[in-house]
Amino acid sequence: MVTENVELKCKEIRKQIFIQAYAAGGAHMGTAFSVADILGTLYFGDVLRYRAQQPDWEDRDKLILSKGHAGVALYAVLALAGYFDVSYLKTFCQPGSRIGGHPRINEVPGVEASTGALGHGLSFGIGIAYANKMDHKSSHTYVILGDGECQEGSVWEGALSAPTLGLDNLTVIVDHNKLQAMDELEKIVHMAPFADKWKSFGWNVLEIDGHNCEKIKQALLAREAGRPTLVIANTVKGKGVSFMENVPIWHYRMPDDEELRILCRDLEFSEEEQENLFCIKRSL
Amino acid sequence: MRTAYLDTLYELAQKDKRVYALISDNGAIVYDKYRKDLPEQYLNVGISEANMVGMAAGMASCGKIPFAYTIGAFLAYRAYEFIRNDVCLQNQNVKIVGTGAGEVYSALGPTHHSTEDLGGLRSLPNLVIICPASPLEVKKAAMAAYEHDGPVYLRLGTNKEKEIYNNEYAFQIGKAVTLKDGNDITLIGAGSILKDILDASFQLDAEGIGARVIDMHTIKPIDKEIIIRAIDETGTIMTIEDHNIIGGIGSTVAEVIAESGMPVKFIRLGLKDQFSRGYGSYDDVKEMNGVGIGNIREAVRKLLA
Repeated sequence: MVTENVELKCKEIRKQIFIQAYAAGGAHMGTAFSVADILGTLYFGDVLRYRAQQPDWEDRDKLILSKGHAGVALYAVLALAGYFDVSYLKTFCQPGSRIGGHPRINEVPGVEASTGALGHGLSFGIGIAYANKMDHKSSHTYVILGDGECQEGSVWEGALSAPTLGLDNLTVIVDHNKLQAMDELEKIVHMAPFADKWKSFGWNVLEIDGHNCEKIKQALLAREAGRPTLVIANTVKGKGVSFMENVPIWHYRMPDDEELRILCRDLEFSEEEQENLFCIKRSL
Repeated sequence: MRTAYLDTLYELAQKDKRVYALISDNGAIVYDKYRKDLPEQYLNVGISEANMVGMAAGMASCGKIPFAYTIGAFLAYRAYEFIRNDVCLQNQNVKIVGTGAGEVYSALGPTHHSTEDLGGLRSLPNLVIICPASPLEVKKAAMAAYEHDGPVYLRLGTNKEKEIYNNEYAFQIGKAVTLKDGNDITLIGAGSILKDILDASFQLDAEGIGARVIDMHTIKPIDKEIIIRAIDETGTIMTIEDHNIIGGIGSTVAEVIAESGMPVKFIRLGLKDQFSRGYGSYDDVKEMNGVGIGNIREAVRKLLA
């Protein structure tokens, strides 16, 4: 069972996502809120094996956030997991900070690959899973793809490779919020039937509610011998902030004063937290 | 060159289990021995260059030393963003090995020629670029690439290059070699075409023109010292390459010349911002594109006139 603690962490992740966006004056918030519960369950639901105090622990599981524009969510999770201080999140995208618009390996502890250009993380993750297989290691590799990202041809090169190599130590999660930067996914490129495409490529495909931490955990721990697992996580872009949910313009935009009031209510910022939030702006 | 490369890779892989041969469905036959003896360190990922390079970077992040091999044109163009973001940006210990450098795959046409690869790849931070000219130099370069901890692009020709070095040759990344001395002009090149440059220089000797020949096997980091010395001692420099004159060896040498502030006569021989034309043997195609032995001699005479 996923404890209440995971759901509380996911609430905190959303707050920390917004704090970063607010400090920087912008971030890919919609996509970060969409993937927040998946990341929260991975790190706080006893799924990913990691040691925050020893980021290069050899036997760790690895997460590749291929949709690197949701880096702001990954930073929130890594800070809450103890890789670095939560207060550092306020430096997001500021001069001198190591946490920028897209995550970078060797710069931020806990980041396993530099991502941002879409369509890279799957092959990178396959390389890790393949190396682990050759070394007979039990480490598991997770890759999070955006659904819009799946319009990249290289994703399908990887989609062919992983089952060919029998990588049952690889789980790919597609954050399927059905929106991309400009519009609804399906209006731009026909992706349906999405699950069938992956099934026909030889993946063990599971489809879940990407905001139900219990279901997420079950899917992330599911394994099938001899082939990789693909989890289609049905999510809502902007999840958790009423006026952002399922609205494409929130791919990258900041709320005005009235929207900010609603956002603070939706994300359950306490009065003290709100005051701290506004202090960030005054101190910049 | 290809055989020399594979023999070296075989040797390295036997000694070091971290070494992996990744191929994108190219050169399968020549890999037969490797595949038979070292099946666990061999993977044909299929015709998916981007996927191969991305995978190689992921493997390198786990401590492996992958040598990702296929036709250079497909690596440099198709997989460029993967070389940039996954290998160079992350400084992963991946060796990118491209065959068919320049116009070596003469009859296959410009889709298979790597005549702009240096231009694109040279501007990638962290990437060392080596263009060996002979089988022995390939062997030494592959060893040096293995020993170098970081990304390397090894630009190979084909299998027909003649040997120009003897066994005592000491190869060093970033340290060019004066193959032949001369005080009237310096000819600079690298890779398969170097033999032609050398032959042209011998023919020029008979005409009383002393041409120095430099094997600029490492395009990056470039050996500035040897260029400065050549400017000082010969006053005239010509670069020769079966690559676009934009972005290749000529551009690289031109940068060193411009920053030296030294007066020099200088010309770049190569593709003049065009794709290679014509079919035939490698010699035929070089001649058709202005970089055959005859073209080199003629350009030297003109420059010194």
